Amino acid sequence: MKLLTLNFVTCARKSCKTLPAAFPLHPRDAELEIVEMELNPKFLVNILPRVEWQALRTVCQELGLPTLPDIMPVQQDLLQPPSLPGRESESQEGEAEGEGGSEEEDALQKPSQTAQDLHRVLLETTIANGKLVCGACGHEYAVKEGIANFLLPSHMV
Amino acid sequence: MLPTPSTDHVSFDRVYEPAEDSFLFLDTLSCDRETTFLRQRFAQCSNGDHASPCILEIGTGSGVLLAFITAHSKKLFGRPDVLTLGADINSFACKATEETVRTACRESTPYLNPGHGIYLDTLNANLGDALHSGVVDVLVFNPPYVPTEDLPNPSDHESYNQFDHGTTTFEQDSHLLALSYAGGMEGMEVTNKLLDRLPELLNPQRGVAYILLCVQNKPQNIKQRVQNWGTSWRADTVGSSGKKGGWEKLQIIRIWRSADP
Ligand SMILES: C[S@@+](CC[C@H](N)C(=O)[O-])C[C@H]1O[C@@H](n2cnc3c(N)ncnc32)[C@H](O)[C@@H]1O
Ligand SMILES: [Zn+2]
Repeated sequence: MKLLTLNFVTCARKSCKTLPAAFPLHPRDAELEIVEMELNPKFLVNILPRVEWQALRTVCQELGLPTLPDIMPVQQDLLQPPSLPGRESESQEGEAEGEGGSEEEDALQKPSQTAQDLHRVLLETTIANGKLVCGACGHEYAVKEGIANFLLPSHMV
Repeated sequence: MLPTPSTDHVSFDRVYEPAEDSFLFLDTLSCDRETTFLRQRFAQCSNGDHASPCILEIGTGSGVLLAFITAHSKKLFGRPDVLTLGADINSFACKATEETVRTACRESTPYLNPGHGIYLDTLNANLGDALHSGVVDVLVFNPPYVPTEDLPNPSDHESYNQFDHGTTTFEQDSHLLALSYAGGMEGMEVTNKLLDRLPELLNPQRGVAYILLCVQNKPQNIKQRVQNWGTSWRADTVGSSGKKGGWEKLQIIRIWRSADP
C-alpha cells in the first residue's frame, strides 16, 4: 500500500468518520518496500494540492522516514529552474501560474531534489506488511502482501 | 475503440469474470458523450484548481474496469494525472485487480497513449467504508445487482476471504462468487447501502458517480430518489444494452451535482 493512499483513507467504523483522531491512520510494525515508478514532476505538481500535508508529515515521522518540511512545497520547489544557458527564454512565470508551457518545454524541466524526495515518499514507498491503527477507536487494520484489509467484524459494523 | 485490458491471469472460480455488464461500462465511459462530460469537468486549471482527480472503483473484481480507466486516463479525462483506487470485499479480487492494472499500464504504449494514470491501491473493503469523506471525484460501481432470496452470510466472510492458504474449497468459491452477483431484495440491497453514503463520499463540487442497474432494480425509482436529495442533484441514464420488449436489460446511470439551477 502506497503512502499516498493513506491520504484518502480513514477508519471504516461509522462512529469514527467525523472524529479528527481517526485520520491519518497510524502505521504500526510496518515492513516498508520501495517499488520504483517513473517520476513525472508535472504529476507531482497536481497531486500535491490533494495531500493533507500535516497528516503526511505525521505518517513519515511515525515510519522513521526523513522529516518533511513544515509547509507544503509549492510548484516552484518541484521544478529545477532551467539553468543551462540558451534556455533562459523559458518563461518561469508562465510555468508558475500553471499555464502556458508547451509539452516540449515541460519535458525540459528537471525535477528538483524536493520533487525526487516527495516522489519517493508518496508513490514509491509502500507498506508491504503491518498494521494501520485508528487513533480514535484503536482498531487495527492488517496490511498483508501490500493489501490493506478494512473489513470490520460483523459486530462492529 | 480502446483496447480491453487482459484478465487472462485471473481465476474466475472465485473472481467475477468480465461480462456484458463490464463491457457496457467500458463502452459507456469511453463514448463521446461521457468523455466530453468528464473532460469538461476535470479540465486542468478550470477555476484555478489543477489538482489531480481521484477515481474510486468499488467492486473491482478482475480489475478490468479500473485497468481500463487507469491505462486510458488521458483519453477519458483529457489528462493523464488521475489517481485511481479500487475496493473489493473479496481479497482475491483485490489481488487480481493489482495485476490487471499493472499489466494494462505496462502495455499501454506511450507512443499511442501518452501517459496512463497513477494507480494507487486496491483496498479490501466494504463499499466506500475506508474512504475519507469528500475525497472521491469519480466513483464507478458495477454492483451485485441480481435479485436474490438472501445475501451471502457475512459471518462466513472472514474465513472465506483468507488468501494466505494455497487452495480454496467449493464453499469458499461459491461464497465469493455469490458476493459478485447477489443483490438481495430487488437486487438493490448492496447498491442501496452505497447510495446512502454517496453524497458524503463524493467531492461536493466535482463529484460524479456511475452505477450500473438492471431492470429489476427499478432504475426510474433510483433516479427519482437521487433527485430528491436536493435541487442540485442529477441522475441520468448514459448507457444501456440488451433491449427486450422495450426494456433495457442493463443501464448505467450517472449521478452528479450541477451548479445550474
Ligand atoms: C458484478 S461484479 C463487477 C466486477 C468488475 N468490476 C466488472 O465489471 O467486471 C461485482 C463486484 O463487487 C464486489 N462486491 C460485492 N459486494 C461488495 C461490497 N459490499 N463492497 C465491495 N465490493 C463488493 C464483488 O466481490 C465483485 O467483485
Ligand atoms: Zn476508528
